[in-house]
Amino acid sequence: MEKKEMICICCPLGCRLITVVEDDNISVTGNSCPRGKTYAITELTDPRRIVTSTVRVRSCDAPVVSVKTKEGVPKHKMQECIRELAVIELQAPVYAGEVVKENIAGTGIAVVATKDIA
Amino acid sequence: MHYDIVIIGGGPAGLAAALASKEHGADRVLIVERDKELGGILNQCIHNGFGLHTFGEELTGPEYAARYIKKVKEAGIPYLLNTMVIDISCRDMGSDRKAGSSGFEISLMNRTDGLFQIEAGAVILAMGCRERPRGALNIPGYRPAGIYSAGTAQHFVNVEGRMPGKEVVILGSGDIGLIMARRMTLEGATVKVVAELMPYSGGLKRNIVQCLDDFGIPLKLSHTVVDIDGKERVKGVTLAKVDEHLKPIPGTEEYIPCDTLLLSVGLIPENELSMKLGVTLSPVTSGPVVDESLETNIPGVFACGNVLHVHDLVDYVSREAMTAGENAAAYMKGELKHDGKQIEIKPDYGVRYTVPSFLDPHRMPEELTVRFRVSESFSQVKLCVYYDDVLIKATKKRIMAPGEMEKIKLKKAELSKYHDLKQIRIAIEREGA
Amino acid sequence: MYDVIIIGAGVTGSAVARELMRYDRKVAVLEKGLDVCEGTSKANSGIVHAGFDATPGSLKAKLNVEGSRRMEELSKELDFPYKRNGSLVLCFPEEGKDKLRVLYEKGIENGVQSLQILTGEEARILEPNLSKSVVAALYAPTGGIVCPFGLTIALAENACVNGAEFFFDTEVTAIEKKEGSYFIHSTKGIFESRIVINAAGVYADKLHNMVSEKKMTLIPRRGEYCLFDKQAGKFVSKTIFQLPTEYGKGVLVTPTVHGNLLLGPTAEDIDDKEGQFTTESGLAEIMRKAALSVDKLPPMRQVITSFAGLRAHEAMDDFIIEEVEDAKGFIDVAGIESPGLTCAPAIGAFVAELVNNIAPGNKKANYISRRTGVKSMASASREEQMDLIRSNPAYANVICRCEMVTEGEILDAIHRPLGARTLDGVKRRTRAGMGRCQAGFCTPKTMEILSREWKMDLNAIVKSGKDAYVLTGYNKQSMEREG
Repeated sequence: MEKKEMICICCPLGCRLITVVEDDNISVTGNSCPRGKTYAITELTDPRRIVTSTVRVRSCDAPVVSVKTKEGVPKHKMQECIRELAVIELQAPVYAGEVVKENIAGTGIAVVATKDIA
Repeated sequence: MHYDIVIIGGGPAGLAAALASKEHGADRVLIVERDKELGGILNQCIHNGFGLHTFGEELTGPEYAARYIKKVKEAGIPYLLNTMVIDISCRDMGSDRKAGSSGFEISLMNRTDGLFQIEAGAVILAMGCRERPRGALNIPGYRPAGIYSAGTAQHFVNVEGRMPGKEVVILGSGDIGLIMARRMTLEGATVKVVAELMPYSGGLKRNIVQCLDDFGIPLKLSHTVVDIDGKERVKGVTLAKVDEHLKPIPGTEEYIPCDTLLLSVGLIPENELSMKLGVTLSPVTSGPVVDESLETNIPGVFACGNVLHVHDLVDYVSREAMTAGENAAAYMKGELKHDGKQIEIKPDYGVRYTVPSFLDPHRMPEELTVRFRVSESFSQVKLCVYYDDVLIKATKKRIMAPGEMEKIKLKKAELSKYHDLKQIRIAIEREGA
Repeated sequence: MYDVIIIGAGVTGSAVARELMRYDRKVAVLEKGLDVCEGTSKANSGIVHAGFDATPGSLKAKLNVEGSRRMEELSKELDFPYKRNGSLVLCFPEEGKDKLRVLYEKGIENGVQSLQILTGEEARILEPNLSKSVVAALYAPTGGIVCPFGLTIALAENACVNGAEFFFDTEVTAIEKKEGSYFIHSTKGIFESRIVINAAGVYADKLHNMVSEKKMTLIPRRGEYCLFDKQAGKFVSKTIFQLPTEYGKGVLVTPTVHGNLLLGPTAEDIDDKEGQFTTESGLAEIMRKAALSVDKLPPMRQVITSFAGLRAHEAMDDFIIEEVEDAKGFIDVAGIESPGLTCAPAIGAFVAELVNNIAPGNKKANYISRRTGVKSMASASREEQMDLIRSNPAYANVICRCEMVTEGEILDAIHRPLGARTLDGVKRRTRAGMGRCQAGFCTPKTMEILSREWKMDLNAIVKSGKDAYVLTGYNKQSMEREG
């Protein structure tokens, strides 16, 4: 049996959630609404995060362009994503929405630019 | 050059205000922006979380800005970049600077056009805000390199691609401090601790989890920095616990070796130009005092966004700015006249300030949004609205925090029933009170 | 070999250099910092004292009155900000008016002009914000305020233009006395000179003791200050003193020549010659003592910064400006605490005379006595602004929005003699970064300009000293090495 505490981030209430994992069952207490339960379960089983960062660009306009993962990547893969972005250098122009790296850290998720750089 | 409406600032507030003023019939609108591009502070806010209310999606700062910039370009609204407004005054009142019914004279400067003047029938103030520096807190110690406001650090990392430090202590757990904790960590720095003066964090819970917990960065509430070590570059800082009066408790000092101190200790609306015009500022918000039309004490001068009061959500900035733009256009069409009737909107117990500060019941829209912040954290309370001394509405609130801007809506039809109404009071009351 | 080497490029060293260069001489100034004005000269009250406080007959008294007299003319010659705003020394009931009388008499004896004793009421007419408990005040109309950086930089630039060589990042490690000359060992090599001027501030004792058996001790006496926003700049118009104590002139309330309000300094003897940091107790003491002079201080939220400086205090309480007895050719200019800034022009002339007595020189035929400072857009008239922009469009590019400093001014600051290479160097020459946001907005922009003009990478730019780097590297730099 494994017990874990976490704060729900779905709304300003910030309910203190307590999750108990026994065998394959997850029970959630402390939530004031169903969203809290969903959040807790996701955080336990498959926590994901959108990663936003910068990537180097060869341009007169700016030295870096802001980028993001198109979807949340598994939380434990965040640092690996960053390491893969570290070695990339783009050539201007770069367009918002353009794919900067496919399948970042083997997640199947693409990283896209979020700004135009001339 | 004469314009109907000149908008000072091309960030989210200025962009939305310009669009709304054009949409509501203003003819010659101009945006003046000091940076090399439109978008304001959003350009350096590369994290996501913007636009959920406006677009139903979570966008990063630059993406949110891009949506508005595209609309501004499509609407054919002209804008000046790299241009600083260096002076502004009401026309034809000489050096008295009294209310400008003859419009405004604006002095601008940029490399290409040099120093030049333009005239405006109305002005929308959208200059945003700046950060409180170390000096404003009087933190004792040396004055080394390595002390940055979180926003300046954010500029270095997100716009210049450079790191301002390797071993970081952050003072202030507002959203900017939290966001930078994550940012610095992801780019290779070690954030040792986030210290927060108050017994609660000013930032969103989501940021506590995703910027601190995710990276194992400790948050020390009721702590502050009492000394900065390092003659040329920061060598370390001393943290101390504070008591209920926010004063450091002797004996609780802890030295933390680091090379960088980031300060996220308050935003102040940037009102130098407003003061030049003679706009009355609120001592609580440091922003202009405005009425239901977001008009200041000077007819034809409107304010919106962070220059009016510091916001948490850019979506609310855009909405507020749309109101300002719409009203500036109405003003130019001669549709925004005062009949002198004013009802005070008074922040009472538990409410730190309201925007607007008063309203004209004939001028107000059918439904007016009044935004406010509470002065401390409350749980299980009632949000009460009084018309003079009559309780009109009491809404149960499970939680209210200073870091989360709140709002109530006032209906024109309701108010018109109260002919002699002098004051609308908003107060927080405890259950059972 | 040099004729004269000056150690220390503060206001004293720079003033001496300027006066020495009236003659044909080979002169070098050795400075351990990266710029002039890095020591006490950058952290003081900026007051041009009238001269009633110094002990009659002392070197301080003589040089104070002379310096005070010379300052206005010098400010026009060398183009630095100066204002004769007048001083008031306040007297409170418990102190006794005879103390005020003593100051008055001293002033008369020292040759101070136009001194008057006012009643409390008369003082309050001059300064409405004065405390109601003030019963009398000494009014010295000749008192003034000056920009300490402006003065120091102007003197140094002028010395440089007239041929003085400045060596920065050059710390003196040892001094060897040889036959007829001195060998100065430094971090940048050995310099030889016939005459040495010791203007090394709080370290003057250390240098003196390298050549003399009669040891000197200088005590670092720390002074802390609190600076208020220009919004509080008109709080008082005169420099408001309290009656002096054995520690010095006490906490002042004064406008600065740039329009801020300055409170301070405290006076605390410390051991550490690098102890120029502010303390909680020091800042509290400033507020407590300053509050005595006025009815009600401006609100604390108008404070924009605080800082500390170290005075080089000598136990005998007077300047030591003389050739060292057992080290001929070695001239101490030591113990230059208040009124050191005021005296600088007079000290310069005095030391130049000492040098002339030891080794007479020929007057320079083409001596350049005038100097123009960085032209400020913020204080220019509309026509002057248009002219500046016409001369260089960079004057229309605002970099520091708090103080309205443009790129044109920063370029001037960089490209003039002894041009700025650091952020603080730009700051002291242009005021960029001295405003209410304390360089939060302009730092990245100023760095870009420094980087471009000096052809150095952004990462190499420092705030003040060698180790005061601003940036630590590129994003993800530490990861690339691992990966």
